[in-house]
Amino acid sequence: MQVDSNCVITVENTSKRFADVAAVNNVSMSMREGQITGLLGPNGAGKTTLINLLLGRLIADQGQISIAGHAPGTMAARQQIGAILQSTQLPDTLTIKEHIELFSSYYKMPMPMDEVIAITGLEDLTKRRFNTLSGGQKQRLYFALSICGNPKVVFLDEPTVGLDAQARREFWQCMRDLAERGTSILLTTHYLEEADALAEQVYLMHRGEITHKGTPDSLKAALGGKKIRFISDLDTGFFMRFADVQQVIRNNLHVELQSSNAEHTLAQLFAENTQIQDLVVEQSSLEEAFINLTANHSAELGE
Amino acid sequence: MDSTFSTAHVFKIYLTESRMEFLKTIRTPAFAIPSLLFPIMFYAFFGLVFNRNGMGGQAPTYLLATYGVFGVMGPALFSFGVGVASEKQQGWLALKQVSPMPIGAYIVAKVMGSMLFGLIIMLQLFIIGALFGDVVMTRYQWVATLLVTLLGSLPFCALGLWLGLKFSSQAAPAVVNLIYLPMSFLSGLWIPMQLFPELMQSIAFALPSFHLAQLVLKIQGNDLGYHWLMHLGCLALISALLFALSAQAFKKVSQPN
Repeated sequence: MQVDSNCVITVENTSKRFADVAAVNNVSMSMREGQITGLLGPNGAGKTTLINLLLGRLIADQGQISIAGHAPGTMAARQQIGAILQSTQLPDTLTIKEHIELFSSYYKMPMPMDEVIAITGLEDLTKRRFNTLSGGQKQRLYFALSICGNPKVVFLDEPTVGLDAQARREFWQCMRDLAERGTSILLTTHYLEEADALAEQVYLMHRGEITHKGTPDSLKAALGGKKIRFISDLDTGFFMRFADVQQVIRNNLHVELQSSNAEHTLAQLFAENTQIQDLVVEQSSLEEAFINLTANHSAELGE
Repeated sequence: MDSTFSTAHVFKIYLTESRMEFLKTIRTPAFAIPSLLFPIMFYAFFGLVFNRNGMGGQAPTYLLATYGVFGVMGPALFSFGVGVASEKQQGWLALKQVSPMPIGAYIVAKVMGSMLFGLIIMLQLFIIGALFGDVVMTRYQWVATLLVTLLGSLPFCALGLWLGLKFSSQAAPAVVNLIYLPMSFLSGLWIPMQLFPELMQSIAFALPSFHLAQLVLKIQGNDLGYHWLMHLGCLALISALLFALSAQAFKKVSQPN
């Protein structure tokens, strides 16, 4: 594998098995400075296992991992990283400022406190104790702890789970600000929308393997685009002949088209003056797209 | 970049960690108040009100030593046993392990925190013992009593650490109490060992609190008369065993499932 000097993280042919399940299977990836990388996949795809390998909490059975030139889990590697882990709680009675001060003390060249607080938007809350914070505020504190050491790479495992739309958008802005300062971010999520809004490159994981690597757009194209839903009494067979339609499903009054190019399909639908009502076009969710992807994959292989 | 910390930096980490540990504890009144008040209350009740003239007038002095041991055991067992269990469960410990925190800082901070509580408890006992119990000791005896009880809390830190790593945060408080209270009784911390039947005296040899109490009692000459090296050796052995068990449990905790 080619080694790029700008790469802060390289993973080469790495595998990790639990009993007889290959949680991570021959995975290779790399991240450059200041890049936001999305790691996507359904639950159980192996995302958290991969993150744990990068953090040094698990040891790979095979392969090479480098964190800014250091082996994961070593003190040198830990100086270069920050992380948000899934479902963490902090001691209730310490304030935001105390929590940040404690974690900053672990690093050799921490970010000044004011800067951490400004990036995470916690200015008015520094004296608040942990148990008085809302979900979004807690999440921003975890983010503050992950960046306070001025790390080269930040690992965010499902950082916006359980946040409302407003809090999620605020959090996205925090991540963009951080990436602009040159910090690399590895973000695991099962919201395609989130990766789309933030990531420069995405890796798609499925059953422990990287099944797709590229830009968010290339991923969406590969995942089979959009879902078009409307009320119509026409036969499902009628819609199969439309451009780019991959699948037609009838659900009582509703017809659902899976389209790899919604614009083409809709243009034809309107051009033919098809009688439809209550039209909705939505992004296929990652879970749905996965079903398509694996179904297509099996079909291609003639299984 | 050199990955080792300078001595000054390590000192700063340990200091910050210890300060936060203390703040965290003192702001949890459900923990702080009982552990500060119970030893004093028990001592005042059993040592000053009831047995004032027991043991030929030695009861207030004897019980000052044993309630001192009882007093320093509490914060050590609870801040490690219950503290580590809940921090493990919350994922705070995992987050610290991923960060560059030296693991020693985590342990030393808890030792410092519980010793500070132990110090407050001992000073309270000293004051009421001297004022209301007419406890008279030489300067050397007062200082030695304080130092030996505080350093003697270390085996209980190791015991708490092992329990905290081993048990869930729901189970830990009950388990710690189930060990703390019977162990205190069986070690003669509440009722002098001399009043126990011989069988119970031999059980006590397996308990670290018995050996610590005997060491402290030796300072005032109220011990059972065994050599201090034997007690110290037993304490060291028990500590080493518990520390080895903790190291093993820690390895297990560090691996996410």
